[in-house]
Amino acid sequence: MSTSQATGAAAPGVTASLLMRLGLSPRTAVIAVPYVWLLLFFFTPFLIVLKLSFAEIAIAIPPYTPLFDAEGKLQGTLENYQLLMEDDLYWRSYLSSLRIAVISTLLALAIGYPVAYAMARAPKQWRTLLLMLVILPFWTSFLIRVYAWIGILKSEGLLNLLLMNLGLIDQPLHILHTELAVYIGIVYSYLPFMVLPLYATLEKLDYSLLEAASDLGCPPLKAFWQITLPISLPGIIAGSFLVFIPAVGEFVIPDLLGGNDTLMIGRTLWVEFFSNRDWPLASAVAVILLALLVVPIMYFQRQQAKQQG
Amino acid sequence: MNRNLTWFNWLALIAGFSFLYLPILLLVIFSFNESRLVTVWAGFSTKWYVEMLNNQGLMSAAWVTLKVAVVSSTFAVVLGTMAALLLSRFGSFRGRTLFSGMVYAPLVMPEVITGLSLLLMFVAIALDRGFVTVTIAHITFSMCYVAVVVQSRLASFDRSIEEAAQDLGCPPGRTFIHITLPVIAPAIISGWLLSFTLSLDDLVIASFTTGPGATTLPMKIYSQVRLGVTPEINAVSTILVGLVAIGVLVASLISRRAEQQRQSDERMAAAAP
Repeated sequence: MSTSQATGAAAPGVTASLLMRLGLSPRTAVIAVPYVWLLLFFFTPFLIVLKLSFAEIAIAIPPYTPLFDAEGKLQGTLENYQLLMEDDLYWRSYLSSLRIAVISTLLALAIGYPVAYAMARAPKQWRTLLLMLVILPFWTSFLIRVYAWIGILKSEGLLNLLLMNLGLIDQPLHILHTELAVYIGIVYSYLPFMVLPLYATLEKLDYSLLEAASDLGCPPLKAFWQITLPISLPGIIAGSFLVFIPAVGEFVIPDLLGGNDTLMIGRTLWVEFFSNRDWPLASAVAVILLALLVVPIMYFQRQQAKQQG
Repeated sequence: MNRNLTWFNWLALIAGFSFLYLPILLLVIFSFNESRLVTVWAGFSTKWYVEMLNNQGLMSAAWVTLKVAVVSSTFAVVLGTMAALLLSRFGSFRGRTLFSGMVYAPLVMPEVITGLSLLLMFVAIALDRGFVTVTIAHITFSMCYVAVVVQSRLASFDRSIEEAAQDLGCPPGRTFIHITLPVIAPAIISGWLLSFTLSLDDLVIASFTTGPGATTLPMKIYSQVRLGVTPEINAVSTILVGLVAIGVLVASLISRRAEQQRQSDERMAAAAP
């Protein structure tokens, strides 16, 4: 596609001539419009967050001090980062976000693997339907799916009602507003992300390998361990990252299902911003959260690129 | 892999899908409950739906959300398709690495960060917060999803058709309209639907970027949910879930129809002398 061709005659003639009057060829316009949009509304905002994380909170609108004073001298401060290091609230939030995300990812793997495995073994004509059933919850509102668990988990909720009627417990279990409820919420919300990549690798598994193993006297469990599991490893890695990465920065689930003592960094940021109105500190929390996620995100994208290439 | 299912496979399927669907099913059932207590069944009633329709705040939030979703997904489809073309048809240009980074990053970015950074941006350029800012925020993350969906379609289709058209003197703009666009149309439609549901669903980014008078439905639901479970919210949720279920069903019927049509066309073409 050469530039001279592109400027020659584009289909919507009016738009093309208008663009040319602005000194833009259609080709340049296709490049420029999405590029400028993302620069303006994705890239620049990050620079502002970074900038603001070195500012001080002030009673003003907007509630922070400018980075440069009237004479243009740099007024930055490292106080926000110092506070993040010193106050153990932030350390504990970061660590407990990581812990909760890791445990939820492992739980999702433990639940998702058997499901994906069974889906891959199901007769061919069922698989499209099963696949659709896994994807469907992803299209329904995340907030509503989390909300649904409140009615189930609360003290006078459906789960306790069921267990008490069955005579298994005589005191209601306190599950809502604990960390357990957060695990349930994360696993429930992100299970499709785990199942889909696992299914994609397991479906391609050549069953004759397992038959050969069993013909040669290999017990099924050992065959699973030595054949199925290694082959599905890319799916395990992809699924785990797809659950882990969003879980670390999660806000809605710990806020609605977790207790007051359930610390997660997304929630800490939210409180700093909305309740304490400390925009500079919230920005510093965001910068550190991003720094925490950069390594897993880069690793994941590298893995995906390797898969495709 | 195609073998008979063992009892363990059956157990996994039944338990797995019950886990995915039971909570939603219970939510729907209790939206028809007579009692205000969400967990005690007191008989069938649709009174919570009436209550919901009479709730001014809820209805105006729903209206705002719908407008934001329609406008933002329409813009997102245009920008996202351009971004997809840029990534898969423009070869290398200056700043390509930065651009592809900017397309993929929002997909994995924690929402709290996207929301905070956009808000700070709007404050910095002194743009009044409200309908416009929420819509811009939604366009920005939705266009990245559209770009990924459309790009995968572009990657899988035979470029030689486009090249043939251009060799025969068809200008790039016309090639796009007559050849590329019809092929990627399904991807564009699913990109639009995806953007629409993402926008309908977003709580965190909207909370950061909205202003007075532009409270969205998820924000309204969230503030009520924090006060406790109410059958009214169950009713709203049921309607939203129902709409999505119908939408997905219709979309899959349409695509199956199109597939059957294509197959019969191919058979006709093959049978023709």
